[in-house]
Amino acid sequence: MAKSEAISWFRIQEMFRFQAFHMYGIIGTAVTLGVIGVALIKKFKIRDFHGNPISFYPKEKSIIRYLLGGIIFGLGWALSGACPGPMVVNIGYGFLTMTIVFLFALVGTYLYGLIKDKLPH
Amino acid sequence: MIAGIMFFLLYFGQSFGFSSNLRTICAAAGAGKKTKFFDFKWKTQVWNLVFLVGAIIGGFIAKQFLSTDLPVQISADTISDLAKLGIAAPASLQPAELFSLDAILSVKGFLVLAMGGLMVGFGSRYAGGCTSGHAISGLSDLQVPSLIAVMGFFIGGLAMTFLILPLIF
Repeated sequence: MAKSEAISWFRIQEMFRFQAFHMYGIIGTAVTLGVIGVALIKKFKIRDFHGNPISFYPKEKSIIRYLLGGIIFGLGWALSGACPGPMVVNIGYGFLTMTIVFLFALVGTYLYGLIKDKLPH
Repeated sequence: MIAGIMFFLLYFGQSFGFSSNLRTICAAAGAGKKTKFFDFKWKTQVWNLVFLVGAIIGGFIAKQFLSTDLPVQISADTISDLAKLGIAAPASLQPAELFSLDAILSVKGFLVLAMGGLMVGFGSRYAGGCTSGHAISGLSDLQVPSLIAVMGFFIGGLAMTFLILPLIF
């Protein structure tokens, strides 16, 4: 993650400005390999370590929550330049101020839990 | 490699999604007593917290042993766009204008990081996932909700980049 610079605010800005292939290459590679792998697991019904079939949980059908939630997430992503995983990689990397972002992400998660039932899903 | 980790987790009977950790930490801190959303068996999610700790250690290792300390090689177009916002060309991985100690000691600097984090935390739970859960795991399974969420990520991200950032900086 750190080596691919996906944890850099600069790279996220560059991505949202469509000025380099970098981030699309990283995500695209992961998704392409992912699609192939998931298809293979389903086709050959590959079992996991415990011998249980690997199942995929379809997310609940809805548009509004994914769109609205996605937009809010995107706003935060472009502002802080970090999604949850890279936040903690940054902290390990020595950007300790990222701890603020992480703590407020916890607050945000808590807020969602608090008002969940009042939001359209 | 990211896809490799996803299959590794699937193989061990789990799924790949980072933002669930935020919910787990809230639950572990006792939020379940007051709010039903956090009232679940968070101990079953400890493996994901181990992943979180691993990510911190990974960041540390990358810095100590793999880092070349070269600035991020972003495109010249991005550098000139950011210069218009008053953000200097990269000197390391992150802009000092946002993440230096000086920056966070100002009200604006603190609010930028706080609001960013707040929206990421809130949005990822509302949408049911973040970049790893939706863009990578969800799209790998060709799930429509994930595609909608990723479109949302971009609508929000583009609005912030082109409409809101110029107002802030």
